[in-house]
Amino acid sequence: MAIFNLTINGKSKQVDVDPNTPMLWVLRDHLDLVGTKFGCGIAQCGACTIHLDGTAVRSCSLPVSSAEGAEITTIEGLSENGDHPLQEAWIEHDVPQCGYCQAGQIMTAAALLNDNPKPSDEEIENALNGNICRCGTYLRIKAAVKTAAQKL
Amino acid sequence: MTTVNTKLNRRSFLKVSALAGGGMVLSFSWLAGCKPSPEETLGMPKEWFELNSYIKIGENGAVTLFSPNPEFGSNVKTSMPMILAEELGVNWKQVIVEQADFFPERFDRQFTGGSQGIRQGWIPLRTAGATARAMLIAAAAQTWKVDPKEISTENGHLEHKASGKKVQYGQVASLAATLEVPEEVKLKDIQNFTIIGTSKKNVDGKKIVTGQPMYAIDHKVEGMKYAAIVHPPAFGMRIKSFEKSSLMGMPGIQDVFTIKLFKEGYERNFFDTTTFPEVIAIVGNSTWEVLQAKKAFQAEWENAPESKFTMDAFGNKIPVTVPAGLENTSDHKAKMAEYIQKSGNILRRDGDPEAAFQKAAKVIERTYNAPFLAHNTMEPINCFADVKSDKAVIYGPTQAPEFIMNTLAQALDLPKENIQINLARMGGGFGRRAYSHHMVEAALISQKIQAPVKMVYTREDDMGYGIYRPTYSATYRAALDENNQLVAFHVKAGGIPETPIHPNRFPAGAIDHYLAESWEIPSNITIGAFRAPRSNFIAGAEQSFLDELAEEMGKDPIEFRLELLKRAQTNPVGENNDYDPKRYAGVLELVREKSKWSNPPAGVHRGVSAYFCHNSYVAEVLDLKMEGSTPKVENVYAAVDCGIVVNPDAAANMGEGAIVDGIGNAFFGELAFENGKPTKRNFDQYRMIRQQEAPKNIQVHFVDSTEDPTGLGEPLFPPVFAAVANALYKATGKRLYDQPFQPKLEEMSNLLR
Repeated sequence: MAIFNLTINGKSKQVDVDPNTPMLWVLRDHLDLVGTKFGCGIAQCGACTIHLDGTAVRSCSLPVSSAEGAEITTIEGLSENGDHPLQEAWIEHDVPQCGYCQAGQIMTAAALLNDNPKPSDEEIENALNGNICRCGTYLRIKAAVKTAAQKL
Repeated sequence: MTTVNTKLNRRSFLKVSALAGGGMVLSFSWLAGCKPSPEETLGMPKEWFELNSYIKIGENGAVTLFSPNPEFGSNVKTSMPMILAEELGVNWKQVIVEQADFFPERFDRQFTGGSQGIRQGWIPLRTAGATARAMLIAAAAQTWKVDPKEISTENGHLEHKASGKKVQYGQVASLAATLEVPEEVKLKDIQNFTIIGTSKKNVDGKKIVTGQPMYAIDHKVEGMKYAAIVHPPAFGMRIKSFEKSSLMGMPGIQDVFTIKLFKEGYERNFFDTTTFPEVIAIVGNSTWEVLQAKKAFQAEWENAPESKFTMDAFGNKIPVTVPAGLENTSDHKAKMAEYIQKSGNILRRDGDPEAAFQKAAKVIERTYNAPFLAHNTMEPINCFADVKSDKAVIYGPTQAPEFIMNTLAQALDLPKENIQINLARMGGGFGRRAYSHHMVEAALISQKIQAPVKMVYTREDDMGYGIYRPTYSATYRAALDENNQLVAFHVKAGGIPETPIHPNRFPAGAIDHYLAESWEIPSNITIGAFRAPRSNFIAGAEQSFLDELAEEMGKDPIEFRLELLKRAQTNPVGENNDYDPKRYAGVLELVREKSKWSNPPAGVHRGVSAYFCHNSYVAEVLDLKMEGSTPKVENVYAAVDCGIVVNPDAAANMGEGAIVDGIGNAFFGELAFENGKPTKRNFDQYRMIRQQEAPKNIQVHFVDSTEDPTGLGEPLFPPVFAAVANALYKATGKRLYDQPFQPKLEEMSNLLR
């Protein structure tokens, strides 16, 4: 066990955990930030996507020891009032079915729009190809990203 | 206007009582959509008044509607309350929706599966809404001393026009809650619907996009422990012994023990399908710590002997034999090939098919195969349980709480009424969570450690110890006469361990000489419901064969199907044909129009397919383009007849999802076994459809209908497989008989190089 000082959604947090603990479980079990989801544990499905200094990363494969000193953003901190253009577009297009993968989809899309505010269809498809949606809401996800991009 | 007898639903109406307001978390539906204007914002009422199990109204006019069924993504948590709100006559923007807990005394059918939620909830929910409205009217009539017939309602208000009196529902709710439940109520005329048939946003949309806790896996209470499960490594194996002491020294590990799901002498019910009745639990202080211990876990396993037990299938006692052995996909395939050659069990026989085949000028025979599939819900199997000496609270993802209650009660040795199952939003279901032994596992762990616990499967556990879609095979034969006309039709289909056949479905009823046979091969691999069970295979086989037949006969594939349906409509063969040929033809005609069937866009290859299941009719046209040797699905057009559509945009969403799901499984879905072990355990091995493989465009068109609603979650899924196969045939000139199609396509593309 070791103490780690983390910056999550702009706030300082301290946890005492095994240094190999993935950020996913630090967030979910130790910090009660459960919007970041467990899907596969091997960085294949994207449900656990968070931002590390603005870049989309798979928190299931990011040890807490590598996250110290970085700005971590989770779905809970993407916007103050849940009004990030992507969150609003997700509601406008009524994207979710079961909803479980959607936080990861939104976090991946948010990182894409940070880098590339006007992505083409192909760029959206490439960026989001790592995020599985078992319910098959891919078309609405793509449409919502395009709507959000127009509002940025 | 329909009058319904409320006594039919008496069970769901408890003695009405005024309830004090509880400290629940509220979610106004408008929070999910746009920001409310000040006049739309209602404060929390000081007191709630319960009009029946589904509806309570606050003194300030706030309305809470309980959604009875578990939510796994089909959006019943929005559409079921819409039905209540319609008949109650309230402003949807001022409705609060709550997930009901499992409460069989109060709600009729808290089951999500078989696409039956809206169909079977339609009349009970409308009745509940209309009954509450009638009681509010009676209360106003009593207060104003006027005839109830003179009172009208609109948007949560009651009005007596002659005297100019008007109040909102909340002002008479306390009185209404004390009145007798009327014996009969009138339901609205369909043309007067203002909520049903309009698109309403998902009531949990805002919570989902902001990452609020909604799933069982998100649940946490003070003092809660975490648990992982270790299963035997292969189907056909069981625990011999395991090594505990080394794990006990690992950080955060509290205990390691075995749990047995069934006590001696317990009679299983129909949904007591579980892979391993004895498993090992590892309990500790955090998920990561128990997962580390799981990795280090060492055990000895042994081959399990054959087991026999009786299963209670809704009153029928079925003898079940689970064979011993470690099974292989190669052996499965060889055995299935043998069964294709043998005669099967005759399920339906019209005319004299044997003679017709003997006389035939030409016989066409084709066999179609598909593998086991894993459900792969995005939220892995998990459950929270808090079991005390005299009561238990279980909070978990389940489609069918009723089907696990007996199992829980016997395992915990607690009376059913002391077990409370609370229904979590599920991260997908697809049939998998109709089997809820994860609830029993979590409950037994909690009982043993005497603390609340959250048990989580890894993805490998979830995929590797599933209750899978079976592997199937179907052989079709058609007899053509010298004029190339279809005279006889024969289907023989089976699987491991169940047959996929529905003998009375189309094209039964459309052909004079018809034979349907089935076969089954026992297995110890557990199988169960998977989105549109059996239909999800047999539709693909049948609709591929009809396409081959149409080509052989020189007919347009849609025209050929319509001819058969015309025959079934005007002069049906046999009895018990369980489809309506006119509605079936209707969706084919609609998809022909919407897809501009005879004028496809340049460069696309089209396939059509149609199927009836879960009381609904669907036809689909799928366009694909070849990019080099890679097929890309461009457009899918679906025509759906599912009666009245409650929430059209959400319905379209589910249809789109089912189509994407079908394309994914047709190309990639496959689970194989080696020595009883699934060969795929995670998403690096099990290929799922992803964003780049999704179609460019999907259109879901609903037949305008005044029929009562029927199924929707499943019916769009089965036809996709043949729409893909038929389009691939057009694109490649090659008919694919074995799902998934991707390996064969890659082989073909290598040959081209």
